[in-house]
Amino acid sequence: MKKIDFLMAGVGGQGTILASNILANTGLELGYDVKTAEVHGMAQRGGTVESHIRWGEKVFSPLVEQGMADYLVGFETLEAARWPTYLKKDAVVLINDFRIPPPLVNLGKAKYPAEQDVQAILESVGARVKWLKATEMAKELGNPAMVGVVLLGALSNLVGGDPDIWLGVIKKLVPERFVALNQKAFSAGREAKLA
Amino acid sequence: MKKLMTGNEAFAYGAYLAGVRVGAAYPGTPSTQIMENYATYPGVFAEWAPNEKVAMDVAIGAAYAGTRSMVSTKHVGMNVSADSLFYAVYTGLNAAFVIGCADDPGMHSSQNEQDSRNYAKFGKVPMLEPADSQEAKDFVAVAAEMSEAYDTPVIVRFVTRTSHSSSVVDYDPAALPPPAPDPKPYKKDLLKFVMIPGHARRRHPVVEERIRKLQELAEVTPLNRIEPGDGELGIVAAGSVYQYAKEVFPDATYLKLGMVYPLPKKLVKEFAGRVKKVLVIEELDPFIEEHLRLQGIEVIGKDIFPLIGEFSPSMIRETAVKAGLLAAAASSSTATPAPAINLPIRPPILCAGCGHRGMYNVLREANVAVMGDIGCYTLGVAYPLEALHFCGCMGASIGVAHGFDKGRSADRHVAVIGDSTFFHSGIHPLIDVLYNQGKTTTIIADNSTTGMTGHQHHPGTGFTLQEAPTVKTDIERLVRGMGFSKVDVCDPYEMDNFRRVLEDHLASDEASVIIVRRPCVLQQKVKLPPPRIDPEECTNCGACLDLGCPPLVQEEGHVRINDLICIGCGLCVQVCPVEAIKSAAV
Repeated sequence: MKKIDFLMAGVGGQGTILASNILANTGLELGYDVKTAEVHGMAQRGGTVESHIRWGEKVFSPLVEQGMADYLVGFETLEAARWPTYLKKDAVVLINDFRIPPPLVNLGKAKYPAEQDVQAILESVGARVKWLKATEMAKELGNPAMVGVVLLGALSNLVGGDPDIWLGVIKKLVPERFVALNQKAFSAGREAKLA
Repeated sequence: MKKLMTGNEAFAYGAYLAGVRVGAAYPGTPSTQIMENYATYPGVFAEWAPNEKVAMDVAIGAAYAGTRSMVSTKHVGMNVSADSLFYAVYTGLNAAFVIGCADDPGMHSSQNEQDSRNYAKFGKVPMLEPADSQEAKDFVAVAAEMSEAYDTPVIVRFVTRTSHSSSVVDYDPAALPPPAPDPKPYKKDLLKFVMIPGHARRRHPVVEERIRKLQELAEVTPLNRIEPGDGELGIVAAGSVYQYAKEVFPDATYLKLGMVYPLPKKLVKEFAGRVKKVLVIEELDPFIEEHLRLQGIEVIGKDIFPLIGEFSPSMIRETAVKAGLLAAAASSSTATPAPAINLPIRPPILCAGCGHRGMYNVLREANVAVMGDIGCYTLGVAYPLEALHFCGCMGASIGVAHGFDKGRSADRHVAVIGDSTFFHSGIHPLIDVLYNQGKTTTIIADNSTTGMTGHQHHPGTGFTLQEAPTVKTDIERLVRGMGFSKVDVCDPYEMDNFRRVLEDHLASDEASVIIVRRPCVLQQKVKLPPPRIDPEECTNCGACLDLGCPPLVQEEGHVRINDLICIGCGLCVQVCPVEAIKSAAV
């Protein structure tokens, strides 16, 4: 069984924890040993957040090692750019094409990096970068908070595994009245063409 | 079946299965979800106590009464409850008493990174340390049995990465619920439970004898195990660090410690005899290392690993390579050079529309020294508000402000403390201000919840942890009952009014209290229509940006409001000097 290491990076409040839960439980359903690591508390207040999710035959560390991540899912453009040192040479980076300017940028004291610079930072270690307007898609489906599920849909295409297993995990982890909509968001992500 | 659980969830589950029926805690990252999860099991009593010391007394009382009990706490909560821990070590108990204590190496959400293993040694309490969620669940039962067999509290130590990491746990839904155990009989026992000096002198030898016996247990317990590997390198590790080490040194021989106090003597010697080099890998203090050195074992430890910060597999590999213990990995040549740009940082900040922002904006303009405290409102220190002068630990604001006044009476100053923190440890220092004739103005920033840890109830919310409606302690009546007569209640959204009240209090020589009340907008999910900025009238002066409110964005020529995240608090309308920001109501 091949080891697969995932990182999710985003901004507190974007729903990385639910997405990380879905990804972890999908791994479990697919027969992997699974571990995850994330930080709760202070960072949730609009700060940088990261989740580590590891699938493997036998996983020891819940933290992904530098240079070992197979996939990076960036919930926000700038946040994706912070993780090049964690990526494997042929890693795939899936980025939500969406900006949440940090405070210093809002105040005109710092510059938000251009998309092509973010791409170049990640490609500098050999990763392949794919873009998706996931927040926009989630908004069109009725709720921008489903951005994580849209991204997971796109990720599921890259990772593999029966989509019904992913959809079943979503059904288990999302409150009942949101299940249908989230499954739609997942399928939308799955069918989306990545740029 | 297999279930993914965080260490916190698994500990709560294990406690329930082990027959723990009373739990008490004060919320604190990374420990909070232990009690939150435990509270959901049928037939248990779980409470948010006002602080960790009260929580510990409650759990000790339950164990005296013959019911298995536990507390959960973050590392600094151990400081608050230490006095109680120490008497319980002397008295022993009448049923199991387990302490779940979560350290925070790297300070993800804490004011220090103290190593709580020192409390085990200091207090003479056995301590276990799980390395994943399965062990978190299993070790509660072991701790409960140990607690009763040796008549002692037992600490189960977590760190952020065991509390907040998920891993697979054997979960049996059919095993729920186990029969509710009856309390053991309770017998009055003066010599055991009443710690006057004459009795305590008889108890101290019991404590020393107990630790000696536990040390013998440490030699043979399956919690400590040798994992055979190659004879070159032997690694001693516990907790999450053990997992990191297994990634970096898959072939080494291991002494995996599940019981970190007291530590075995014969076992470590036997282990050292099996390998050429002994490497101790542990975060923070050289706790295990010093023990090995005392046994005359030569070790590599803090001479190469840092005393500071959180470890990770990457960091352990890097350190081992530098020390020559490991060959450097073939460096993957970079495909192309990365563009040299500084990525802007993204620190946590007060939410859009947070009431604390209005309070700090007024305090900043009033030119007062602000003695702060622990909670969401500590984020008032962030740029551009930068409104705090001090923050140290829970409840320190008021005493420090009173002392600041006595040491430098000419300067204007206030204490700022949140409602939950006030109930935690703000009441006693507030009485002190009054009793000792201070003139400090104490501002209670009341957002009607425990915000930073994720909206837990407290004595002022009217609900218990298990969502039972209860007495709601009224802060205003409480402080008037203490003897304060100068007490006002303000809304931080009405900055002009708060400014007037503050100036009135600061001008007075009387000790006083201002309750600045605005329920947490995140919890209330407030969403009012955003105000509108007239781009013609906006001079782009930046006065509104000084509030540091996330929806306000400086653009070419004028400021824009991001309607998606604005909740319509209206503070920016109040600070605009040219009235270019129009409230939606107008």
